[in-house]
Parts: sequence; structure tokens; C-alpha cells
Amino acid sequence: MNINIKASLIHTHLKQAVRLLLITVSVLAIVSCGTRETRVEEGNRLGIFHVENSAEPQSIDPHVSTGVPENNIMVALYEGLVAKHHETLEPIPGIADRWEISEDGKTYVFHIRDNAKWSNGDPITAEDFHWSWSRALDPKMGNQYAYMLFPIKNAEPFATGKLDNFDDVGVRVISEKVLEVELENPIPYFLQLLDHHAAYAVHKDSILEFGEKTDRFSKWTRPGNMITSGAFRLKDWKIYKVLKVEKNPYYWDKESVSLNEIHFYPIENFSTAERMFRVGQVHKTFEIPLNKVDVYRQESPEKFRNAPYIGTYYYQFNLSRPPFDNIKVRQALSLAIDRDTINQSVMYGIVEPAYSLTPPGAAGYQPPKLIEFNPEKAKKLLAEAGYPNGEGFPDVELLYNTNESHRKLAVAVQQMWNKHLGINVQLLNQEWKVYIASRNNLDYDIARAGWIGDVVDPINFLDLGLSSNGNNRSAYDNPEYDKMILETIPQSQTHEERLANFAKAEEMILTDLPFVPIYTYKTKYLLDPSVKGLSPNFLDHYGYKHVTLGN
Amino acid sequence: MLRFILSRLLQAIPVLLVVITVTFFLVRFAPGGPFDGERKVDPSVLKALEAQYNLDQPLMSQYFSFLGDLVQGDLGPSFKYPGRSVNELIGAGFPITAELGIYAILVALLIGAIAGVFSALKPNSARDYISMSTAMIGICMPAFLLGPLLILIFGIWLEWLPVSGWGDLPGDKILPSVTLGAVYAAYVARLSRGGMLEVLSQDYIRTARAKGLPEHVVILKHGLRAGMLPVVAYLGPAFAGILSGSFVIESVFQIQGLGRFYVLAAFNRDYTLIMGCTVFLATLIIVFNLLSDVLSAYLNPRLRSQLGGK
Repeated sequence: MNINIKASLIHTHLKQAVRLLLITVSVLAIVSCGTRETRVEEGNRLGIFHVENSAEPQSIDPHVSTGVPENNIMVALYEGLVAKHHETLEPIPGIADRWEISEDGKTYVFHIRDNAKWSNGDPITAEDFHWSWSRALDPKMGNQYAYMLFPIKNAEPFATGKLDNFDDVGVRVISEKVLEVELENPIPYFLQLLDHHAAYAVHKDSILEFGEKTDRFSKWTRPGNMITSGAFRLKDWKIYKVLKVEKNPYYWDKESVSLNEIHFYPIENFSTAERMFRVGQVHKTFEIPLNKVDVYRQESPEKFRNAPYIGTYYYQFNLSRPPFDNIKVRQALSLAIDRDTINQSVMYGIVEPAYSLTPPGAAGYQPPKLIEFNPEKAKKLLAEAGYPNGEGFPDVELLYNTNESHRKLAVAVQQMWNKHLGINVQLLNQEWKVYIASRNNLDYDIARAGWIGDVVDPINFLDLGLSSNGNNRSAYDNPEYDKMILETIPQSQTHEERLANFAKAEEMILTDLPFVPIYTYKTKYLLDPSVKGLSPNFLDHYGYKHVTLGN
Repeated sequence: MLRFILSRLLQAIPVLLVVITVTFFLVRFAPGGPFDGERKVDPSVLKALEAQYNLDQPLMSQYFSFLGDLVQGDLGPSFKYPGRSVNELIGAGFPITAELGIYAILVALLIGAIAGVFSALKPNSARDYISMSTAMIGICMPAFLLGPLLILIFGIWLEWLPVSGWGDLPGDKILPSVTLGAVYAAYVARLSRGGMLEVLSQDYIRTARAKGLPEHVVILKHGLRAGMLPVVAYLGPAFAGILSGSFVIESVFQIQGLGRFYVLAAFNRDYTLIMGCTVFLATLIIVFNLLSDVLSAYLNPRLRSQLGGK
């Protein structure tokens, strides 16, 4: 046989193999296609809400957990003594159906509803809250959110180990269903704090069954072990895959709950999440990738939700380093930032330009708008500071954590400062943990930062400027400002007076400008139109209880 | 042969120890700690957390207690996911990564070997150029581009296959396996083409043909065995590369594998999980290199005799 003929025989074999491969692929493809219903359609039929939740929850123990994805799950599993209205966020009855507040605003008496039950049918008692708060505040617990309970009398000394006996903390069991709480000072937002996960009651018996009271590594949060108090209970948890909760048959208000299950998918990659949404694998995404904003706006605006959110994106100066110790330099740099342009061309118009540190509207507070874009004034101030047209301005760096939208924004600001002030700022990006360390150690010149409120109250933003606040990270230290926040505001007699004092504090900090507000956050996610009742609100707090699915 | 394997295993111990030591200290010296976040942790809380994880002990004693636990097979609790042990996380992630890796290798071998042999039979022909330039594109195309591209075509336009997941929806294992396998298929194609070309010019092939054996027997029985040697030698490193490099695929396709745990652990400064994954993957890579050496020796009689085997 001639070699060529033999070779062609081999080719035939190979061709057959290739053909076989192609056939296999096509068969697989045909088998897997057809008119199968999407997961979202199936969810609508079965009452299962499919939620893309960005990250694997680190823990769903309310005294261990810290992040937003975890919180999104815990609000389904737990209910506070007091809950939040799903639209207005006003305090509404939760586990407690009523409460009395003393004249001086320091003593609260909560009445736990008779039919409040754990997800295994045990009644929820005042003792449950007493025990849970002693756990939440236990110094051995390492609870990063213990401070949410610090308004309670002696809670802080107990949590920091200065006081040993929990009996001295202002929480008392009056009877099986009555709990009395005594505060250090009257604070107007105390009821809001009771809906924070640090204040949730946890089920004592199941925790002690699987470990110590303060054991972070316990298995009590596993499916089958975990007992909770909310509208849903844990059904299944496959790490990095899905966490499922189901309707709690013992929940006091189970008649109002329409969903049978919620499935949370941990997906870090926003683009993957968007593709899953597009083909009907999830009802809701955690966030929309910026480059998809225009597509959804034009083609299906009804799926894109963009609502006010209580958070501020800002740049902070390191006041311990020249030239930022000079107030005129800080003011000049702020005046040269065109926030409207940033919103429109960098952020695709999905944020609000910020003219104050506190997002407008928190607890009825409208902050003074002292921030402006005025390049002429900026130039003048910089000249007065000793750098006419930017001459002699030292080499400084603008620090941000590695992220495409932070980078784009930094480039835009860099160009604005160059154009309007003639100064050159270098950009410096660092990986998240390195960036946090640089800011904690005041090892930066200018840094990007963001702050999201825990409660709807301006104090949550204004106390960032306290010299004693670990989150200040700018070396800003103004005794007058500290006095305003620590003394004047807490002593306000009326709501109006309190708001007026906030405005004064805001004016002080926007004049000193350790922080330069850039934009106010808005929620930006995709939501399938079949989901009804997931009301947008300031804290992006999800009232799953009110969600219904269907067309 | 047994002596060869034993000596390679003994050599592996100091290698592992160096890997462990370097990683342990590099990770500890990296800026930022496991509990750092946007919200600064109160010093008293931080102290409590460090006590729970023994971070309040001197570094050297942490190192030795890690080694002590390691010998007993205990990799400790995860920092980021309290309530989960590192053993449990690796146990959950590895089978999925391994399954993905095996499918990817099969895809790579199937496509790569066929294309390579196909090219080698008619070197410098149009079909050789076409399949080899396709292979070159495959080598150059990064997975984070190929993955979304395949998703776009097969998942979104044609709606044939799911766009994400692993073992959730029918057919969701196809795209990730093909994407991960594609790069390796390209290498396999080039290696097997080279191997076959060399072998086909050997005397024993000529002898086989002279004996009048049918050509497919010559190629498939005599040629392929020797021609695939470079591919076999490459399989060990390739499988190791697939295991440690599947992060991109796992992230694009939302697969709950070990690669994702590993990279996220580094971002989270999850000290114990980083150490656990490193030790585990290093051991695996050593084992696979050894296996691939043994397999090469088995297939190559000349090497076999050098190693003192039969």
C-alpha cells in the first residue's frame, strides 16, 4: 500500500472521530434545550424567590456576622423586638407587640406577644432577650457590632471588660413576657437599633447544645441545628452554592408571608450575576455592572432599580501631612471637583452628587448644601495657601482600593485638579486589605472612602468627624466639633432643635473639610418585574414577608 | 522503580516544608489582617478575636503549633467563615475542582490529540496550518475571554446551555469543562504533533510498515504510544495547573470549587484557609508530577531501564 493511501485511511478514522464528537455535542445540546421553564418561572410557580446575594455569608450567627450579604439573609431568619416598616422604616411591632417609654425617655418596657415562637415551637420569652444580649455583649464573643447595644446602661463597660456582672447592665426580666431596658441617655433612635442583628434574640438551648455560649466556631448555625425567630427558617446551606430558607410554620404572622422559600446565591462576579439574571436564573441581583446600566435603561428600565440609599462616597485628607493641614488647600481641592460631571460621565448618572456628608432625608434632616463647584474661588484659595497656579505644590498621591469605578473616578478628579488648579496628583491603587491598613495607619495623602449608615439618623455620619472615632482616619481633631457631637446634640430638647444642631455640625465639618463628599449612594440592582412588594427604602432593608411573586 | 518513587517522596518533604514556611510568614507579613474592614474594629473586640484564633501568641509559637496540627491532619478553623473548618472547606471545594479538572483534561486530550495527529500526518499542509493556528489562538486566548464568549453564544444567543452553576441544571458542566480544557487542548495539539512527527520518521515505524501492517495499526498502536510521550509528561504539570488555575473558570461560571476558596482566602487574609489550600495543592502538585514521571517511565522503555526497573 502506498503511504498516501494509508495516511488517508487514518484520516478517515480521524474524521470519524471528529464527526462522533460533533454529534455528541449536538445531541447534548438538543437534550438540554427545548422549552424548559427558567428557574425564575419555576420560582414564580412554586413561590421561591431566587436572590443573587454577592458573597458567601461568613456566618449567620447574628453576634458574629458583619456584612451586607449576611444581613440580607438574617432579616429573613430573625425578627427584632421591634421591626421596621418595609417602606417607611418606622419602628413597628415585631416580637414585642407593644412597649411603653418613660417620661425621661430612658426606660423602655417591652411586652412580648403571646404567640411569639421560635421555629421549633418554643415560646419566645423575655429571658431569651436577656440571655442573647448578655451573649452579644460578652467580651469573649468578639462581636464587632456590640456597640449597637451601647446605649443600654452599663453595656459598654460590660462589653469592654470593665464590669463583670451582667446583672448591672440595664436589661431586666420583669416577667416571662415583659422586658425592661434602661438606657444610659435618652436617644431618639433606640427603637431602630432593636432591629439590628446585634439585638436579635438567639435560641439558647440550641447554641448550648452545639458549643459554648461565646463559641464563634460552633455548628449551631447549620441546617437542622439552627432555630430562629423570623418569618423564615434555615432549610439548606451548601457552601459557595446556595443558602435556602423556608417559611417558618411557627412564625406569629405566618398568614402574611406569601413566599414559600428564598434561595440566596453567593456570586462575587457582577457580570456573571447579570448573565444569570438575563437568562432567568435569578429574580434579583445584588448590583448591576456599571457597563450594563445604559443597556437596561434603554431596553428594559422596568428591571433596573435605582433608589436612594443611605451612604456617602467621599475623599478624605490626611491632616497630619502638609499641605493638607492647610484648610485652604482642602477647600480649594473640594471646590475644583465637578460632581455633576462625575455623576453623569463616570457613574452613568446612577448616583446623586453629594453636597453634604450626611445623605439628605435621614430622619427628616435636610443638610445645608455648602459644597459647590467653583474653579475661580478654588484657584484663589490655592494661591492664598501659597501655591499660585499650583506652583510648588508637593507631590501627593490619591489612594483608592483596586476597583474599576474607583479608578475611573480618581482619574476624573485628577484631571479636574490638573485643569482647574494646575496641580499633579499621582494615583495609587492598593488591594483592599492593604488599603484599609494604609488608612488606619494614616499612611496616605488623599484616600477614597465610603460610609453606609447602620440606622437612619444623621449622627451615624456626623460622628465620623469625632477625634476619638476609629473610623475618622484623617487626623481631624476639632475640640469644638467633638463638643457639638458629644454634648450639644445629645442634650437637644426637641426633634427640631436636634436637627438644627445637626445642621450646625454639618456646617462645621463642611468648612473644615477633612472629608470631601463626592456622591450619595443609590441602590443599583436588577429586579424581575414578577417580584412585587419588595419596596425600595433608605437602608435597602428587605421586607421579604411582604414579597409576592407572579405576573 | 520503587526506590525511585520512595526517593522522590522523601525529596518532597523538604520542598513542602519550604513552601509552608515561606507562605506562613509571607502571609503574616502582608499588610492588613483578617479582621480589617471599612469599619474599624474596636481594640477590645480585636483582642477578643485574636484570642479566639491564638493570634495573641508569639509568631514562632503559632508557626510550630500550625505544624503540629498539620501533622495530625488538622488545618484549623477558617477566619472568614467561623464555624467552618479548613478541612471541611477543602473537602467541599476539592471534589468539584477535581471533577472540573478531569473533564477539562479529557476535553484537552480528545481535541488536542486528534488535532495534533491530524496535523502530523500531513505536515505543512493547509489542514496542518489551520489546526495549528487554531491551537495558537487557543493558547493565547485567556479563559476570562473565552468563557464569556462561549456563554454568550451557547448560553444567551442559542440558549442551549446554562450560563452558570455546576450540577444544578442539565448540561451546566459542558461550558466550564470546554473553556478550561481549550487552553490545554491547544498545548496538547502542539505537543502531540511534534511527538508524532518525530516518531513517524523512526526506523521501527518503517519496519512496521515494511511488515505490511495496516496503516491505522501502525499509527494507533506503534506511533501513538511513543508520540504521546511529550503529552504524558505534560499531563502532570497540566493537571496541577488546572487545579490551581481553575479560579477564573470557577468565578466566571459560578462554581463552588477550591480555586475560588483559595483566591478569596488570600483577599480575606484568611490565614488558616490560605495555609490549608497551599499545603493541599502543593502536595497534590508534587504527587501529580511524580505520577506523570512514573507514567512516562512506564511508556518509555529506555527511561525504565535507567531507573533500574524491569
